[in-house]
Amino acid sequence: MTVAADNKTTANATATDHAWRGFNGKTWRTTPDVRDFIQHNYTPYKGNADFLTTPTPRTTTLWNKLLSLFPDEITRGIHDVDPHTPSRIDAFAPGYIDPDLDLIVGLQTDAPLKRAIMPNGGWRMVESALNAYGHEADPGIRTVYTHLRKTHNEAVFDAYTPEIRACRSSGIITGLPDAYGRGRIIGDYRRVALYGVDRLVDAKRADRARLDAEWPTEHVIRDREEIAEQIKALGELKAMALSYGYDISGPAKTGREAVQWLYFGYLAAVKEQNGAAMSIGRIDSFLDIYLQRDLDAGTLTESEAQEFIDDFVIKLRIVRFLRTPEYNELYSGDPTWVTWSMAGIGEDGRPLVTRTTFRALRTLYNLGPAPEPNLTVFWSTRLPAAFKEYAARVAIDTSALQFESDELMRPKYGDDTAIACCVSAMATGRQMQFFGARVNVAKALLYAINGGRDELTGKLVVEGFEPITDTYLEYETVAERYDKMLDWLARTYVHALNVIHYMHDKYAYERIEMALHDRAVLRTTACGIAGLSVAADSLSAIKHARVKVLRDETGLAVDYEIEGAYPAYGNNDDRADSLAQRLVHDFMEKVRKHPTYRDAVHTQSVLTITSNVVYGKKTGNTPDGRRSGAPFAPGANPMNGRDEHGYIASALSVAKLPYDDAEDGISLTNTITPDALGRTPEERIANLSGVLDGFMASDGFHMNVNVLDRATLEDAMAHPENHPQLTIRVSGYAVNFVRLTREQQLDVINRTFHGSL
Amino acid sequence: MTVLTRRPVGVVAPAVTPAAAVTRRPVEGSVHSWDLSTGVDGPGSRFVTFLSGCPLTCLYCHNPDTWRMRAGRRTSADAVIAEARKYTRFIAAAGGGATVSGGEPLLQPVFTGELLHRMKHELGLHTALDTSGFLGARATDALLRDVDLVLLDIKSWDRDTYKKVTGRPLRPTLGFAHRLADLGQDVWVRFVLVPGLTDDPADVEGVAAFAASLGNVSRVDVLPFHKLGEPKWQALGTPFTLHDTPSPTPDELAAARAVFTAHGLHAV
Repeated sequence: MTVAADNKTTANATATDHAWRGFNGKTWRTTPDVRDFIQHNYTPYKGNADFLTTPTPRTTTLWNKLLSLFPDEITRGIHDVDPHTPSRIDAFAPGYIDPDLDLIVGLQTDAPLKRAIMPNGGWRMVESALNAYGHEADPGIRTVYTHLRKTHNEAVFDAYTPEIRACRSSGIITGLPDAYGRGRIIGDYRRVALYGVDRLVDAKRADRARLDAEWPTEHVIRDREEIAEQIKALGELKAMALSYGYDISGPAKTGREAVQWLYFGYLAAVKEQNGAAMSIGRIDSFLDIYLQRDLDAGTLTESEAQEFIDDFVIKLRIVRFLRTPEYNELYSGDPTWVTWSMAGIGEDGRPLVTRTTFRALRTLYNLGPAPEPNLTVFWSTRLPAAFKEYAARVAIDTSALQFESDELMRPKYGDDTAIACCVSAMATGRQMQFFGARVNVAKALLYAINGGRDELTGKLVVEGFEPITDTYLEYETVAERYDKMLDWLARTYVHALNVIHYMHDKYAYERIEMALHDRAVLRTTACGIAGLSVAADSLSAIKHARVKVLRDETGLAVDYEIEGAYPAYGNNDDRADSLAQRLVHDFMEKVRKHPTYRDAVHTQSVLTITSNVVYGKKTGNTPDGRRSGAPFAPGANPMNGRDEHGYIASALSVAKLPYDDAEDGISLTNTITPDALGRTPEERIANLSGVLDGFMASDGFHMNVNVLDRATLEDAMAHPENHPQLTIRVSGYAVNFVRLTREQQLDVINRTFHGSL
Repeated sequence: MTVLTRRPVGVVAPAVTPAAAVTRRPVEGSVHSWDLSTGVDGPGSRFVTFLSGCPLTCLYCHNPDTWRMRAGRRTSADAVIAEARKYTRFIAAAGGGATVSGGEPLLQPVFTGELLHRMKHELGLHTALDTSGFLGARATDALLRDVDLVLLDIKSWDRDTYKKVTGRPLRPTLGFAHRLADLGQDVWVRFVLVPGLTDDPADVEGVAAFAASLGNVSRVDVLPFHKLGEPKWQALGTPFTLHDTPSPTPDELAAARAVFTAHGLHAV
């Protein structure tokens, strides 16, 4: 796609020249290519954090206004909602936290924390969420979405098979985006700032003209319709910005405008899509170019630059979606995954660390810790020492950062990669994914043992399998049956995903997010597995100890007795770890056998988010000794308490999982007590930085780092009012601890705390 | 498709290690456990081998389950080295090394020497020996040459208090400290502050003055007494006499550190 030359008027050309004053490079001027722009214009920063500034009184006043609203929101579940206005980009009048204080303007609705309904995903979800929080649905709107206009949810169920429905209700496949927005699509919001909306429309029109010349196969017609929708969405984006008094038809001219333009692009997306994860991309090095130009010109001070970032982050912290309490049970703490990817090393070896990378981290001090935006540091041993130190310091002080391996991602996706949600890497503006939630591989093992009968209900869910009738489980037999059960599971799973994403494109298409992508995007079908450590340990118990099956009167295996000890995943012991590695590899191979909608590339993640609690609830006793209903370990974590040699041994077990077979990410969450990192603050910082270096050098992919004492969390449970901003990383994102349910809080507290004795 | 540069770690081991030369057969020792720790058993992230058996019976010991050598698992040096080898890549990037601890590692000097030698020369790791010094005489000069850092516990300056705390005399530890100083061996002194037991100002002053006089003490860890190990005492059926003793307050810790700092030592 090319940006058509802007020769409508000389005035436009002059305005663009002014906006692009001092910028270098050529390719990006004629083709939307923000990476090329960044590489030609950014200033790597290798210094320390001393230049950073404290919040201005304006920032603090604005943030305090919101802080005073949060307790009520936590108590009631939501602060407010407009049940009458199905949201779209320009559906609401302008909203402000405080029109006199907002520097970067724009809210999802006309008031802060007021949620909107987005019924394209499904009407039932909207209505039950409204009812759950004491609101009535608007009858007129209900009629539209139940009689006149089909939703994604309705369409998916029109095309599901009985088998898929049975899998959903038994919980072997869970969290499918068939009733809510799939998310995990990152618009390249930077394009709005760099090019202005008009140029982006011109480029889309040029794409469209090429498509008009092609014979209208089904694919071509779909593409034409999608581009038409994208162009309409860009028009609405412009209108929405204009309602706030900004004409964003042309490129941003200053640092403040760059932040504002970019934010308008993102805001349009979160006004229209209630996606599971609405990530913002890799933006700090881009914004830094504009802020640095103003600083160099003497038109901006450091305090003002920080203030723009602080204000922007305030806006990102209050993105809200209307979701049901059940959804929030699955994904604790009302998350939005405004994941902000930063740092890493460029392909030319220069670090992608700028002063604005530091400014973004600084917001956690200026505004206090918070789970959103989900600040994600692309770690490499080659990052500048001063940045490593600052990032480690921030992680220790706030428990609000996650770290992902730049060295694993860059070779696959390039150096303009961003994370969607928790661990899903994608090349910004050139790649998107079809989010596929996850299957429960621990439950699948039980299905293999029980011949497709559910261990909790006794119902036959999968037809055509014989149960294992041995008193003691034989590893070879179990492995063979499990392999066949996973074949069935992979097939059913990809089948469901194809249906979901066909319908999502048709009924809940992400117009503005895809308007900020190239026309030819790489699509992935992102499968996922949960229960890895339970399955691996169960296999290890069967292989290395003796596991006796206890059956009920109907012959259903309902419990297991382990005789002897078995090596558990999480101790850097190949006897167990190889079982986990093989399971990841084998399931990926099975998934790859099944063609995908839109020829998307198959990937998978080992990530549970916080659904490890719900998955555990839906899974009976397992051969590893885990009791029925007990939570799984989160993500790729070893099971709580079975990792006996400290968090490094545990992390290196996880690091063995093959990224090539889990390109959608492998999540590890570590909670470390401060004294287990060293005896002085400086030592802890150096040691954490070293641990991250060591983990990534060992091919580890992702590490959530919490540095907390158990006592702090227990106090927060007893006295939530004293810990309003206590943040804790769960699985690929962070939550406000006090917003978790009691059950989730206990799960977090009961997870292995790695301390020192 | 990802290819990371793997850094070669370590150097080739000499054909005959010291212990093999003495025993002419594979070396085994009594091992309690191994662990990876950060910032508590020497600098950085370390592979720590806890050996079983200790001649001391410190009242505040947080690992009383390592006292009896026979309670440990007979383990070959090969097995320990194979386990440590899994971490060389991690430690090379993270910074750190290997620590032989216990128990009292010098209760098994041949095994300890073998581990330290192979950790250092075969795996290329920074090595630390965590000892009370009571059996320092058993450490040969050759063993000490394979040690980059000695973590030396001096539990009290007062002979009676030392005896009360450990059940053993103080003198061997002081002798070992002098020997380490003569060898120019890098030492971190460790001192556990126990209210009502080791916190007598004269006692703290004595340890500080002594440590400062040695000239080879690069750091002093003033460690707060804690009772996290008490359940292990209960499990062993041994009375834990410090049940009612409180942990020192931050102010008390700071005051003790200040005593060491006043002697020009780096105390943390």
